[in-house]
Amino acid sequence: MLTLEKVHTHYGPIEALKGVSLNVEKGEIVTLIGANGAGKSTLLMTVCGDPRASSGTITWKGEDITQKETAKIMRSGLAVVPEGRRVFSAVTVEENLSMGGFFNKTNYDERMEHVLELFPRLKERYAQRAGTMSGGEQQMLAIGRALMSNPELLILDEPSLGLAPIIINQIFDIIHTLREEGTTIFLVEQNANQALRLADRGYVLEHGKIVLEDSGDNLLVNEDVRKAYLGG
Amino acid sequence: MSDSIYYFIQQIANGLTIGSTYALIAIGYTMVYGIIGMINFAHGEVYMIGTYISFIVLAGLTMLGFDNVFIMVGLAMLVGIMIASAYGFTIEKVAYKPLRSSKRLIALISAIGMSIFLQNYIRLAQGSRDIAMPSMIQGGFLLGDPDGSHILISYMQVIIIVTTVICMAGLTLFISRSRMGRACRASAQDIGMTNLLGINSNNVIATTFIIGASLAAVAGTLLGMYYGVVNPYVGFIAGLKAFTAAVLGGIGSIPGAMLGGLLLGVSESLTAGYFTAEYKDVVAFSLLILILLFMPQGILGKPEVEKI
Repeated sequence: MLTLEKVHTHYGPIEALKGVSLNVEKGEIVTLIGANGAGKSTLLMTVCGDPRASSGTITWKGEDITQKETAKIMRSGLAVVPEGRRVFSAVTVEENLSMGGFFNKTNYDERMEHVLELFPRLKERYAQRAGTMSGGEQQMLAIGRALMSNPELLILDEPSLGLAPIIINQIFDIIHTLREEGTTIFLVEQNANQALRLADRGYVLEHGKIVLEDSGDNLLVNEDVRKAYLGG
Repeated sequence: MSDSIYYFIQQIANGLTIGSTYALIAIGYTMVYGIIGMINFAHGEVYMIGTYISFIVLAGLTMLGFDNVFIMVGLAMLVGIMIASAYGFTIEKVAYKPLRSSKRLIALISAIGMSIFLQNYIRLAQGSRDIAMPSMIQGGFLLGDPDGSHILISYMQVIIIVTTVICMAGLTLFISRSRMGRACRASAQDIGMTNLLGINSNNVIATTFIIGASLAAVAGTLLGMYYGVVNPYVGFIAGLKAFTAAVLGGIGSIPGAMLGGLLLGVSESLTAGYFTAEYKDVVAFSLLILILLFMPQGILGKPEVEKI
């Protein structure tokens, strides 16, 4: 469904991705683990075209999107929950959600209802300014906003970052539910343990390169992975 | 009522009139700054062009034998809005869009270049001398004793204030209710994120330029008729005043631009009324310096926070 082939991404002279190849198939949860600065977020954002890959090809549903405009990529069935959530803090929850469903006017009400069903908390906070909510609620809003476009592939960058364990469990439950509903998920997580348990497959990224690929269960018991990312 | 109170009210009314037009122009500065973080220094020129267009349309309609002033002014404003919007749109596409990913200073210099270009282009096309127009709307409301102390609020002043209020109400509705307006507000916070939600940021940016230019054209028509004169240089000082108003109110904030404009207009007219007219610009810009020194974010602006 999504395929990256030898993708390189540069920030000025710094090469953040050094020829990454991977693929995500329909209905899967694929997770990407790696240390800070390994290039995980860069990889996710390169799929969205921001930053742009300097070489290699990214194919989405059979179409080469490597040079496609970000806004157009995001209209073709992909949605992203970026690092740091990036909710529009000065506007209401409702307005944040409406931005997620901006370009697709059909079934707007149904989609809104669906998101509010998934996140009852957002319903309570519907008319509240997003910036006044807690981190967990903002994360739910960021996910809800991404879901408003009814994506086939949901890209999640560190959804558990800085959240209380009980909230993290809720977020992982939601990811699980989304997969049941048929959404494909590409997930970057610091919390490798929990992510691998949920994922069908995982990739390990080190210094801008994929060093390992395996099923989630196998990676969980892999010696090197345990040592490096799961605390022994 | 005593003389001095009549005089004071008169000055306030004059100040609100000028202040309204500053506010209209200031919206263009503040909205563009809010979204792309740059000062569109060619905005004053768009206002100037709006004034020229309204003069041309009014002269044309007079020659064609129209005599309904309201239809004429309305048409002048409409044509002004359309052509000024086209200018605003084109300025962004030509001078700013290619520089969007470069440093802010470069875009700023491009803006100044665009401003000089437009000023001289109009100078060549229309001549550099003043073009005058007889006032079309005469008379006003008189309060008090016509021979003694009184307040005179001309119909033109009333039209300026009422038109401004209508425009501001329309803008507020657009920004808070319409899809595009909401996208503008979200983009003002994080245009990269709106782009990641599939919202074409080029359209959002173009919209803000068009709105700014339209309001500048409205101000151009109104102020042109109020003063009855235009030359290719009026955009410079009006632009500077409106920019001051935008900074005063807090750049990036739309209510701030409205408030800043009114405040600036009133303080100018009070200076002219109680001190001397020559010093009104001194006071206006001193106010700017004071605000920048003690409230750098302006009256209604939010301090810029580094996002972590």
